[in-house]
Amino acid sequence: MYKIVHKRVLNPQVKLMEIEAPVVARKAEPGQFIILRVYDGGERIPLTIADYDRDKGTVTIIFQEVGKTTKLLGTMCEGDNILDFVGPLGVASHLEAYKKVAVIGGGLGTAIAYPQAKKLHQLGAEVHSIIGFRNKDLVVLEDEVKAVSDELYVMTDDGSNGNKGFVTDMLQKLIEAGNQYDLVIAIGPLIMMKFVAKLTKPHAIKTIVSMNPVMIDGTGMCGGCRVTVGGETKFACVDGPDFDGHLVDFDEAIRRQSMYKDHEQHSLEEHACKLGGAENA
Amino acid sequence: MPNMSLEKVKMPEQDPKIRNQNFEEVTLGYTEEMAKEEAERCLQCKHKPCIKGCPVNVQIPEFIKLVAEGDFEGAYQKVKETNALPAICGRVCPQETQCEELCVRTKKGESVGIGRLERFVADWHMAHVEDHIEKAASNGKKVAVIGAGPAGLTCAGDLAKKGYDVTIFEAFHTPGGVLMYGIPEFRLPKEIVTKEINTLKEMGVGIQTNMVIGKVYSIEELREEGFEAVFIGSGAGLPRFMNIPGENLNGVYSANEFLTRINLMKAYTFPQTDTPVRVGKRVAVIGGGNVAMDAARSAKRLGAEEVYIVYRRSETELPARLEEVHHAKEEGIIFKLLTNPTRILGTEDGWVKGMECIEMELGEPDESGRRRPVAKQGSEYVIPVETVIVAIGQSPNPLIKSTTEGLDTHRWGGIITEESTGATSIEGVYAGGDAVTGAATVILAMGAGKDAAEAIDKYLKNE
Repeated sequence: MYKIVHKRVLNPQVKLMEIEAPVVARKAEPGQFIILRVYDGGERIPLTIADYDRDKGTVTIIFQEVGKTTKLLGTMCEGDNILDFVGPLGVASHLEAYKKVAVIGGGLGTAIAYPQAKKLHQLGAEVHSIIGFRNKDLVVLEDEVKAVSDELYVMTDDGSNGNKGFVTDMLQKLIEAGNQYDLVIAIGPLIMMKFVAKLTKPHAIKTIVSMNPVMIDGTGMCGGCRVTVGGETKFACVDGPDFDGHLVDFDEAIRRQSMYKDHEQHSLEEHACKLGGAENA
Repeated sequence: MPNMSLEKVKMPEQDPKIRNQNFEEVTLGYTEEMAKEEAERCLQCKHKPCIKGCPVNVQIPEFIKLVAEGDFEGAYQKVKETNALPAICGRVCPQETQCEELCVRTKKGESVGIGRLERFVADWHMAHVEDHIEKAASNGKKVAVIGAGPAGLTCAGDLAKKGYDVTIFEAFHTPGGVLMYGIPEFRLPKEIVTKEINTLKEMGVGIQTNMVIGKVYSIEELREEGFEAVFIGSGAGLPRFMNIPGENLNGVYSANEFLTRINLMKAYTFPQTDTPVRVGKRVAVIGGGNVAMDAARSAKRLGAEEVYIVYRRSETELPARLEEVHHAKEEGIIFKLLTNPTRILGTEDGWVKGMECIEMELGEPDESGRRRPVAKQGSEYVIPVETVIVAIGQSPNPLIKSTTEGLDTHRWGGIITEESTGATSIEGVYAGGDAVTGAATVILAMGAGKDAAEAIDKYLKNE
């Protein structure tokens, strides 16, 4: 059992939890992920490691309540236990000393991009962060990202924070203004990463994306997380999750992401029924 | 006077039309009377040819004699002397190519039903006798076992009996390895596996789940933590694909993924449990081994109307156990033999809609001694299916190899060991099972775990 030692609500759908998992914390690095299972009968879901504290023996995860498991997890409190928590899985991000980088986070992806921005900042890079959300109420980690960025741009789809547009709009502006980035990191929805990669390709800017496909074991055993990269099939769990954005077949990845959409919906409806029932009782 | 019937006493089974809709065990086991009757078919040969076919050396004629005499507990204890997991082996061993193949009775008629009798004594014991497990006196030496599958469990059990302080590290949330995630409930009830694992725990074996060795600890770190020897039984976890067009379409599974969703994650009870599996109306399973049969029969049970086994050689070359092929046919699985997939076809939005295959014929024998299948030019045709399951084998999981300096492996990934001991290129580190051989059988893995336990004992005593 793995104890939730701290919980913080970042926005109505996004929650942060610090989990007691000393064995995982001991080896965790930015870019890696964990797989958790909340209860017996639950599914195994991968979540990127948002932060870790080796001394305290804790690992921080940030998740958006979209499916049954994340909704259930969201109802849990400090002191509650998660049944299974395994990691660190995947290859750690190879972050070296870059001169100038753009770190792009879309929605929840901001939480995953943050440790990368932090590490690059520590390594001495000039960090320009662009984070995007649907509206101003959904903005997360603004202060944290700001603290590790030389420049921060917060974009909203609806312009409710006074800065309407997609992260790609801002990135394009910055590139056109003459910023010479030697690395772009893009983490967020597949469609966002696809368009960031499309934008940086003609400028030949190295672009790293983080894939988070459907998977079960996270150790290379099921092959459910297949991603086509440069025409070759890779397993995101052991070969990734970071890949060269210019080589990833995003259309295939988007398609594969929808494989269990109707099941997920079904599962969620059943869950909602049960929750509703419990509340009425 | 022995029973000279040419055929084995039939084992009761669920009706095929009923069982292909449920996940309960297919075969129901012998009654006491049936077991005695079958045991009397054994001729008690002096030269005991059957034992030579057993990777763990079960004293077959001796235990069968005890069954014939009605001493079922005595028979169980006799099997247990050399086989730690009889209830499992009795169900999943390929007896027809091991002990039963060498049975004298096969010269005229069927062999003695050794596997069925082994299962009977194990089940009888579980139903009638409460085990009182005695922990061996500790010798204070710590051994780490990586992987809680058949090889690791056997090795751990044997070492615990000798007084070692054994800890098994398992990557999944449940121990059992392929016995839990791979072999379906209808062939090997998980309750039996759990029972065997609980016995190990009572013997003092520690099992730590959610521990991916290579990620949380390297083998070197385990040794720094005080483990004086390490056994690697990490299995053949890496699924192979065909490398044909369309393999990343939605609806294409590795058998590993399909079976893990169903067996370990219990997708057959979705949405009571949370992990789904997508089956479709028509399913093609590529491959002819036990894993292919398990996948096909599971798909049928989950409601698929047409399930095909697509295999490039002929029926005689099917690597699956005879009983599984027989059961699959009874359950309505359609065998497309001498057939090889060439590509998987998708709809516009990326879902499987069919699989193109080519007919094959058998040519000259290849290096495996089996006749090489050759494509018949221009014989391509399409089987309409919504799901394709690739069951053409697994390679050893590369995680340990990639994080352990000095561990020699073959190019295809198998760990190189000394055959009789399982010793690897690193002193004090042993390996066995599918991690060494590539995907093989439960019993071979158990045999390797057993040999390694003995070698580890010798190694640690000489220090």
